[in-house]
Amino acid sequence: MSRLRDLLDAREFVVTGEVAPPRGTDLAAMRAAVEVLAPHCHALNVTDNQGASLHLSSLAASRAVLDMGIEPIFQQTCRDRNRLALQSDLLAAWSLGLENVLVVTGDDPRAGDHPNARGVFDLDSTQLAAITRGMNEGQDMMGQPLAGGTGFYIGAAMFPEAEPWDVQLARIEQKVEAGVRFFQTQAVFDMDKLSRAVDAVRPLGVKVIAGVLVLKSPRVIAFVNERLAGLMVPEHISARIAAADDPAEEAVRLAAEQVRDIRQIADGVHVMPLGLDHAIGRILGEE
Amino acid sequence: MIITTPRDWSRIEANLTDLGARRVFIMGCGQCATVAHTGGEPEVREAAARLEAAGWEVTGWTVGEVTCHLGGTKLESRKHGGEIGDADAVLVLACGAGVQTVADSVDKPVFPGLESLFLGNVIRNGIFEERCQMCGECVLDQTAGICPVTTCPKGLLNGPCGGMWDGMCEVLTDRECTHVRIRRRLSGQGRAGIRTVEPKDFSKTLKPGALNIRPPRGSR
Repeated sequence: MSRLRDLLDAREFVVTGEVAPPRGTDLAAMRAAVEVLAPHCHALNVTDNQGASLHLSSLAASRAVLDMGIEPIFQQTCRDRNRLALQSDLLAAWSLGLENVLVVTGDDPRAGDHPNARGVFDLDSTQLAAITRGMNEGQDMMGQPLAGGTGFYIGAAMFPEAEPWDVQLARIEQKVEAGVRFFQTQAVFDMDKLSRAVDAVRPLGVKVIAGVLVLKSPRVIAFVNERLAGLMVPEHISARIAAADDPAEEAVRLAAEQVRDIRQIADGVHVMPLGLDHAIGRILGEE
Repeated sequence: MIITTPRDWSRIEANLTDLGARRVFIMGCGQCATVAHTGGEPEVREAAARLEAAGWEVTGWTVGEVTCHLGGTKLESRKHGGEIGDADAVLVLACGAGVQTVADSVDKPVFPGLESLFLGNVIRNGIFEERCQMCGECVLDQTAGICPVTTCPKGLLNGPCGGMWDGMCEVLTDRECTHVRIRRRLSGQGRAGIRTVEPKDFSKTLKPGALNIRPPRGSR
């Protein structure tokens, strides 16, 4: 059974972190990040060719994370695989002991390091969630029985600050109907918008884990604004980091404030430390 | 209509040079390539002048009525049989369908003079946009007459994706997100719902497409 699901069902405030598989076969750096984050987190997301750039597969990396004694959230994007491969990898993931899956669309290949790649997008994230739910019920997307089904805790992405909100809300409801049981949000800066999102999904009986991005320098903020899709750092945040004597220290303080606020609003927090992994304890208010 | 754009001229010259062709016949198209200003009479004349200026002899030219129509193009080729017979090669200012029809209609080597881009809507004279990819399984009934397969760069049937910001597309940042447009129009028509569009049946995408709507022999 997914521990993440058990904790959320028990109304415990959960903490998730994130590690990136290597661009190569040397897992040492990823394992080092796991060592730092694991003592503070209930589960760790393992990204899938993030930024549409080549990395070791999330499937193998998720298993490596599991082997270190912490529950992974296996991320699957619709960009790189067709419906046969996606289902095949879900079966593989379950057989490898991976119990949480986060289904996402995936950045466009033009944004990554293989810009001439063909984006597959045979399915979208909603369809993939619905198919995953079907596999949990023991059948493939064609309705054919599987010799052993899956039991995934199905998650998806949510964008509380991306307007228009009515469109976002309809999208959230659609994902829940497809079988999504928990959401991890894009980085949140406006807690009123997070509250709006959480209030909207509460009646649907699903959980919201709110994202916190640690912005250690004006350079990182510029990168986020220019390169990360669906996210803009508000001006007052940029100004605060830029004006600080020690921007990294200020970023940790800001993230800690955000976590404190999120504890009052959401079901959990997803920390993306962007290189400040060692500050995770302080960000979570544990130190 | 089929939207075309002029092919890199140096590639056309290279094709003719590689063949050792000195005399060329040119064929345009009276349909799409005429509307796209790539293969109508003015463009065919311009190509002829350009070839002659570079030392080729143009034995003749014509603008076929519908160059992708096999019967019509065979007829057009017969009408210009002498000029085509005198040529070493035929340059076709039409879409890829037109080029292949000409290649099936004449004995001479045939070369494309245009690049074929997409099935396009004519927004205004000279402004074309792709709205349909001819996928064989129309979803426009569910998407308020806006095709996400074509106009969402990721081709997502359900959206928006996480890249949407302020209603705008992540990939084509100067365009409104297709899925925001769809939801807006659906709710404006009182058709808002959360129904998920099912995965596409790609077996319906015929490649190569072929269709015979003639009644079977002896049926009338």
